[in-house]
Amino acid sequence: MTRYLPYLLVGVLFGFVLIKAETASWYRIQEMFHFQSFHMFGILISAIITGLISVQIVKRMNKQTALDGQAIDIPEKAPGRKSYIFGGLIFGFGWGLIGLCPGPIFALVGTGSLGAVVVLAGALHGTWLYGALKQHMPH
Amino acid sequence: MDWLTHPWPWYVAGPLIGLMVPMMLFIGNRSFGISNNLRHLCAITQPPTVDIDFFRYNWKEHTWSLVFVIGTGLGGYLAGVVFANPLPVELSQAAQEMLTSWGFTQPGHNLVPEELFHTSVHNFTFLFACGVLVGFGTRYAGGCTSGHAITGLSTLQLPSLYAVLGIFSGGLFASWFLVPWMLQ
Repeated sequence: MTRYLPYLLVGVLFGFVLIKAETASWYRIQEMFHFQSFHMFGILISAIITGLISVQIVKRMNKQTALDGQAIDIPEKAPGRKSYIFGGLIFGFGWGLIGLCPGPIFALVGTGSLGAVVVLAGALHGTWLYGALKQHMPH
Repeated sequence: MDWLTHPWPWYVAGPLIGLMVPMMLFIGNRSFGISNNLRHLCAITQPPTVDIDFFRYNWKEHTWSLVFVIGTGLGGYLAGVVFANPLPVELSQAAQEMLTSWGFTQPGHNLVPEELFHTSVHNFTFLFACGVLVGFGTRYAGGCTSGHAITGLSTLQLPSLYAVLGIFSGGLFASWFLVPWMLQ
C-alpha cells in the first residue's frame, strides 16, 4: 500500500488548497463569471503557467523517470472538436449553476456538506448516463 | 498559525495547484485530472445485470487515482473543518452588491449559500440535476477544470483549449442568465 501513499499526500494537499483558496465557494464562482474579482482567474492562470514551466523543465531533464521507475511521457488527448466543445458547454452549465467542478466537489464532501454529497451523486448519475448514451452522441 | 486557518491568496494557491501536474508525473507518470474518478466509481458499482462497455475495464489499475481523491476529501476536511476559516469569504464589493440584489442576505458568510445547500427536496433536486450536468459534461469532454484547463493547457493540447472555451461559455451563460432567472 505504501506505493499509494504519495498519491494520498498530494491529494490531501490538493483538497486543502482548493478549500483554502475558496474554489469550492459558489459565491467565488459567480464572482468569477461576472469578472468582479481577479481571485479565481489568478488561481487558474498562475496554475497553468506553473504547470507549463514545470512540464518544460521535466521535458528537458536528462533522467526522465518517475518514482516507480517508469519513463515519464505526457499522453496526447484524442483529436477532435465536437465532444470537447459540447461536453465543455454542458459541464460549464453545471459549474455556473452550482459553482462546483469535480475537484471542489470531492473537497467539499470532505467538509461534511450533505449538499455536496448530493451533487456528487448527481455527477455519478450524469457520468453513467454518458456511458449509456455514448454511441449516440456526436464526437 | 493564522496561515492555516485564513484563506490563501491566488498567488499561493494557483502555483500549488499547477505543481500537481509535475508531481503526478514524478510520482508515477500520471496525468493530473479529477473527473475520471467519476467513471471509475461507476465501473466499481456497475451491477452485473447492467453491462455498459464504457464502464467495463479493470478499474483496479486506477486505484492511485481513487486514492488521490480520497486524499482530496481528507484535505477538504482538514481545511474546512479542522483549520476552518472563522471569517466570511472576502468577496469584491461588486460581487456583494450583485448577490444582495439576487436576494442573498449574507453573501460569503459560508463557502456555499445556505439558501441553495440546506436540506430540502427543492434544493437537493436542483443540486442533483446540476451534478448530472457536471458528470455528463466532463465525461463527454473527457476532462474537467483540472484535466483540461490545468493539465491540458499547460501541456499545450488543442483539444483542451476547445474544452476550456466550451466550459467558460457554458459557465458564463449559466451565471449571467440561468442563475438570476432561477433566483427570481
